[in-house]
Amino acid sequence: MSKLYSGAEIVFKCMEDQNVDHIFGYPGGAVLPIYDELQNFKSIKHVLVRHEQGAGHAAEGYARSSGKPGVILVTSGPGATNVVTALTDAYMDSIPLVCISGQVPTHLIGTDAFQECDTTGITRPCTKHNWLVKDINDLAETIHKAFEVATTGRPGPVLVDIPKDIQFQKTKYKKPKKENKLNGKSHNHFNQNSIDQLIDLMSKSSKPIFYTGGGVINSGPKASELLRELVYATGFPITSTLQGLGSFPGDDNQFLGMLGMHGTYEANNAMHDCDLMINIGARFDDRITGKIDEFSPNSKKVHIDIDPSSINKNVKVDLAIVGDVKTVLSSTLKSLKQKKSKFLKSNKQKTSKWWEKIQKWRSVRSLDYIGSEETIKPQYAIERLYELTKDKDSYITTEVGQHQMWAAQHYKFNKPNRWMTSGGLGTMGYGLPAAVGVQVAHPKKLVIDIAGEASVLMTIQEMSTAVQYNLPIKIFILNNQYMGMVRQWQELLHDKNYSESYTAALPDFVKLAEAYNCVGIRAKTPEELDDKIIEMLNTDRPVIFDCMVDKVENCFPMIPSGKPHNQMILGPKDQENKKITGKGKSLV
Amino acid sequence: MPNSKSAYSFSNKKEKFDTHIIVVWVDNEAGVLARVVGLFSGRGYNIESLAVAQVDEKLKISRITIVTTGTPQVVNQIKLQLRKLVPVHKVADFKREDKAVIFKEMALFKIVGPNNKLEGAMKACKKYNPILLDKTKKSNVIQITALRREIDKMSKDLKKFGLVSVSRTGAVAMTRGAEIFK
Repeated sequence: MSKLYSGAEIVFKCMEDQNVDHIFGYPGGAVLPIYDELQNFKSIKHVLVRHEQGAGHAAEGYARSSGKPGVILVTSGPGATNVVTALTDAYMDSIPLVCISGQVPTHLIGTDAFQECDTTGITRPCTKHNWLVKDINDLAETIHKAFEVATTGRPGPVLVDIPKDIQFQKTKYKKPKKENKLNGKSHNHFNQNSIDQLIDLMSKSSKPIFYTGGGVINSGPKASELLRELVYATGFPITSTLQGLGSFPGDDNQFLGMLGMHGTYEANNAMHDCDLMINIGARFDDRITGKIDEFSPNSKKVHIDIDPSSINKNVKVDLAIVGDVKTVLSSTLKSLKQKKSKFLKSNKQKTSKWWEKIQKWRSVRSLDYIGSEETIKPQYAIERLYELTKDKDSYITTEVGQHQMWAAQHYKFNKPNRWMTSGGLGTMGYGLPAAVGVQVAHPKKLVIDIAGEASVLMTIQEMSTAVQYNLPIKIFILNNQYMGMVRQWQELLHDKNYSESYTAALPDFVKLAEAYNCVGIRAKTPEELDDKIIEMLNTDRPVIFDCMVDKVENCFPMIPSGKPHNQMILGPKDQENKKITGKGKSLV
Repeated sequence: MPNSKSAYSFSNKKEKFDTHIIVVWVDNEAGVLARVVGLFSGRGYNIESLAVAQVDEKLKISRITIVTTGTPQVVNQIKLQLRKLVPVHKVADFKREDKAVIFKEMALFKIVGPNNKLEGAMKACKKYNPILLDKTKKSNVIQITALRREIDKMSKDLKKFGLVSVSRTGAVAMTRGAEIFK
């Protein structure tokens, strides 16, 4: 007879078989049996966070930087509700997470027991799938299935809710099944015909553009390699969404920069004027498209996506290719080599006018800003940070707001999985715990959270986690004392009524760092900035860097609300001419 | 809304709303109906009626029939989103006008009144396979099976015969002929 294991043991046996080496969690009454077993599974290291939301974002950072699913362990009730923001964040940005939550014993479910909540009910709309395990014999299978659902197809978060009595009960352990069948849901639904059509469109186009997104990153490093190969083989310009940054080198001449609301002038104009748009793993998000009725009016649109429901959701496309980016790109490259081995040569002539036009847009230099000798301009701070860290293979996380957009604009990524930011949900407080997760996955690498002072205060308690595990994360705060993006919108849309967007009683971040027993550094002038950044980089401990920047700098360029791609506000001078009026005001 | 200033999903195009009958085959497990219904409410889709029951005891498969309205794009999204749910096996979509598909709803009517009214009610239902399920001196319970709009009409018409209570199911659907939906 094979050995019987308790539910708690089975949780860890499953994790072992799923090659989990780190979990992020916080103990509590309904998961105590699981925590009791932790010490018996040496290959699994637990990272104790200070708040369950932190566990969720740390797991996200871990997942995005490593390509492995992030694992979370929380207790029932408040433990589970605290992790909801992170689950929703992961759902929006397609990040594989497996959350194990404790639940009150089965006989108490529904009685409003202490720390009971309807966890599967609450998390149903923010997970790919979730399970309440009511029978110990289903436990192992359910956890294995959870890992499978989280990591296959379009990745996303899942949750397994385990009542406390189930954690004590004993049964045989079941290994994961080898077959990879997800209820008949396979992921590649394209045929050679679609690939041929794509190549046909590519060879006919004189104004093409690649528009790439997080799907390329999610498809694995190989997908980024293939993307580079395809972009070089075609000579087409490429732009990327916020989530796709790093899949193509940010400093390459064919790269037009990020597109969308705070994207570059050349990227947005090229999107508007192109005759062929090849969307690879992006989802026509409203921050990307601007006014949808006037979105790229004269282009043929191709959409490559693993999720059929992304196709024709916001924008109707002419050719849909449902499949994994890696597989689609490799088929495309193969066919391209076979059929149009001289594609680049024959194409150069055809797209030369297009490139001339792009160069014209480029010459506008839309990311330029007015420098200052007295105050640190936030863009300057990011530029300097980039220059001083670009040789280090650094990992960047961000919070949400102006600093996030400046980071996306001015920090150039050359590799996938180096850029972790909350795009879909826009979760302030994401970056610090995400940095914790990234550093756990990559202990020797430089991990920087480019933060705003308002965002970072939402999850500042995770500094304590960083200190406990000697995670030398660098929290680089662009401190303008305002919720900068809120302030910017109030300036542009609400007649400078800065309602509640100024934080009057900020902590002294240097003293705060000391209180957490890490290192605090402050930079006040452009002069001293480089030295201070170098000091931060030379510190092998967690650092909070308080970078005092211009308080009223706005993030440009910007597609104002209610406008299409080709009507951007370029900078402070331009902004008078394109006032946002009427309907645009009511939109976020 | 001519010349909308909106960047986001204010479409100038006025698309026609169609009525569709969506049939979903799901694993009959805890919470599966909540997943399907939650998807509709969460994404702002309509549910006009809903019928659900287990249809395969051995495989534990339930069949959910949902009547919904939406633009072609929305209906397409509904199908694609439903197919993403883990317990969903297959999704069929029929237009209400589709001649190759049978749609039926059932209704129970309770009529209270003198004999002539009770008989009148029964007669009025003649076209819709009326079955007298219960009869007392003062009351009748009549079952009919018909289309939605026919039941809507009967619910109105029977008032004059002393209709006091209506109970009705959502629509169920099945294709005509030997074919089954795969």
